[in-house]
Amino acid sequence: MKLAIASGKGGTGKTTVATNLAVTLAGLGQTVTYVDCDAEAPNGHLFLNPTLSEERRADRLVPRLDPERCTHCGACAEFCQFNAIAALPARTLIYEELCHSCGGCARVCPSGAITETTQPMGVIRLGEAGPVHFVSGTLDVGVATSPPVIRVAKQAAPPADWTILDAPPGTSCPMIETVRDCDYLVLVTEPTPFGLHDLALALEVAQSLSVPCGVVINRAQPGQSETHALCRQAGVPILAEIPDDIAIARAYSHGRLASEALPALRTVFARLADRLTAELYARA
Amino acid sequence: MTNESPIFELVVLSGKGGTGKTSVTASLAALAGAPTLVDCDVDASNLELLLSPRLQERTAFTSGQRATIDPEKCTGCGRCEELCRFGAISATGPVNSHGSATCRVDPPACEGCGVCARFCPAQAITLHPSDGGAWFVSETRFGPLVHARLRPGQGNSGKLATLVRDHARKLARASARPLMLIDGPPGVGCPVMASITGATRVLAVTEPTPSGLHDLERVLALARHFRIPAWVCVNKSDLNEELTAQIERRATESGATVAGRIPYDSAVTAAQRQGVPVVEYGDSLAAQALAQLWKTLSATLG
Repeated sequence: MKLAIASGKGGTGKTTVATNLAVTLAGLGQTVTYVDCDAEAPNGHLFLNPTLSEERRADRLVPRLDPERCTHCGACAEFCQFNAIAALPARTLIYEELCHSCGGCARVCPSGAITETTQPMGVIRLGEAGPVHFVSGTLDVGVATSPPVIRVAKQAAPPADWTILDAPPGTSCPMIETVRDCDYLVLVTEPTPFGLHDLALALEVAQSLSVPCGVVINRAQPGQSETHALCRQAGVPILAEIPDDIAIARAYSHGRLASEALPALRTVFARLADRLTAELYARA
Repeated sequence: MTNESPIFELVVLSGKGGTGKTSVTASLAALAGAPTLVDCDVDASNLELLLSPRLQERTAFTSGQRATIDPEKCTGCGRCEELCRFGAISATGPVNSHGSATCRVDPPACEGCGVCARFCPAQAITLHPSDGGAWFVSETRFGPLVHARLRPGQGNSGKLATLVRDHARKLARASARPLMLIDGPPGVGCPVMASITGATRVLAVTEPTPSGLHDLERVLALARHFRIPAWVCVNKSDLNEELTAQIERRATESGATVAGRIPYDSAVTAAQRQGVPVVEYGDSLAAQALAQLWKTLSATLG
C-alpha cells in the first residue's frame, strides 16, 4: 500500500505523522519503507536516525549545444515551452535552470547541434532505521525543480507492505508528484484559520486526482469544530486527532519521536494504523 | 516618484513550513507604515487572512499547457508513451470507433512540454492552455497587497510568484513606497527562487527544532547563492533555549545577522483567529518581541 502524508500548509506535522506511523506499523510486524519526498526541506532523517547504506547522486538531463553545428535557426527556442532557450541572430543561449528535461530541443534541432548531458540535481539516500527502510531525496540548493528528485526517490524505494511518502507542503508540482499515484492520502492539518484554509485546497487536490483521503488533526483542541465541519462537508473521515500538548512540541524540538517520548501517543498512532488498515482494505 | 527610487525588498523565508513567516510578515506590515505587500506563497497563501484585503483587480493566470489525445485519431502506436519523460502517457485510453486501442494523458503528470504532440505520427495530440488560477491586487489598511491563488494541483508556481512580485515592484515604484514586504513560500525551490531574485534582504524565520535548523541552513545557503544578506529570527524561541542559542551561533557563523527572538505565545493563534496581526491584538510577549524585531530591522532600512 502506498500512503502519502501531505498537508497544504507547512509545519502542521506531516513528518511527525509519517515517521511515527512508519515506526508503529513496523512494530506491528509489517514491512515499511519511509520515503522523504520533501526534497526542498527533508527532515525525516532527524527523527528516524537511519543508518545509511547508500548515497547516490541524482542527475537530470539538460541540453548541450555544439556551437560548430548550431545554425541559430531558432527551432529549439520556438519548441521549448519553458523559455529555457533563447535564439538570437548569432547566438543561442540555454537557461538550464528553466529546463524541464523533456528532450524536445534535441529532437527538433535540424542540424544535430543539441545533445543531452547529465547535470547533478540532488542526492538519494538509502538506509535502515531499525526495521524501517529509509529513502530520501534531497534537492541541491540552487536547483529550482524538485519533482525530478522526488521521482527518483520514489523509484528507489524498496517494496514493502507499506510505502509511506512524506510529502512537501503546498498544492503545486512537488506535492502532486509525490501523491499522484498513491493508494491513499492522509492530510495533516491544525485547527487554525491557516490550517483550515490550506486543508480546503489540499482536499481539492485529492478530489481532482480521485485519490481517497482522510484527515489527521494535529494540535487538536476541544471546541475547535471548523475542521470537523469541513471534513463532514467534503465527506472525508477524520482518522486521528493528536492533542495540542507542549510536551509533544518539546520532544520534537529535541529530535525525539513523539510516540517514543510520550507513551500516551502510542495509542493514538496504533489506532491510526488500525484505521488506515481498515480504510485501505475496505477499498481493496 | 521615478523608476530610479530605491525600493528595499525584504523577503521572509524559512525553509521549513509553519515556522511563522506569515504571522511575522503581517505584524511587520502593521509596524512598517505604508509598505507594498506581496504574498509569494501562491499555492497556500495565508497573508490575506490577517489583512482583510479589499479586492481591486483580478487577472487570470495560465500555468502552462497540457496535452490531450483525440481517441478518434489515435492509432495506439505508443510513440507518445515512449517519448514522454514524465510518465504522463499510458496505453489506457478507450477503444475508439475504428476498434483501435488508444493512449491517454494523465493530466497532473503532464508538464506540457509538447514532445508528444510534435512527434505523434497520427497528429492526434494537441496542447491546451491550463487554467492556473489568478492573481490579485487588493487594498489593505497598511498598503497595497499583491497576492495569488494557484489552482490546486497546477504547476508553475515559480512563474506565478514572479508575476506577483514584478507587479508589486511596479506598484511600489509608482507610489514611491520605499519598502516592499514579501511573504515567501517554504522550501528552496522555484517559487522561493522567484521570490528571492532581486530582493534586498532575506529575513529567515525559524524555530528551535532540528528541522528548523536543518532547513534554515538550506535557506541561508540559497541566500548566499544569490548573494543576498540575511537576517535570522527564531520564533517560539523558548521552546528550546539551548537550540535557539545554537541556531543563532550557526546563523552568525554562516554570515547571517541575528535580528531577534519571538517567544512562544498563544496570542499568535488567537490573533490569527481574529484575522489580525498579533501586534494589533493587545499587548502580548509576541507583540513586544515583534516591535523589537522591527526596531532592529528598521535601523538598517533607514
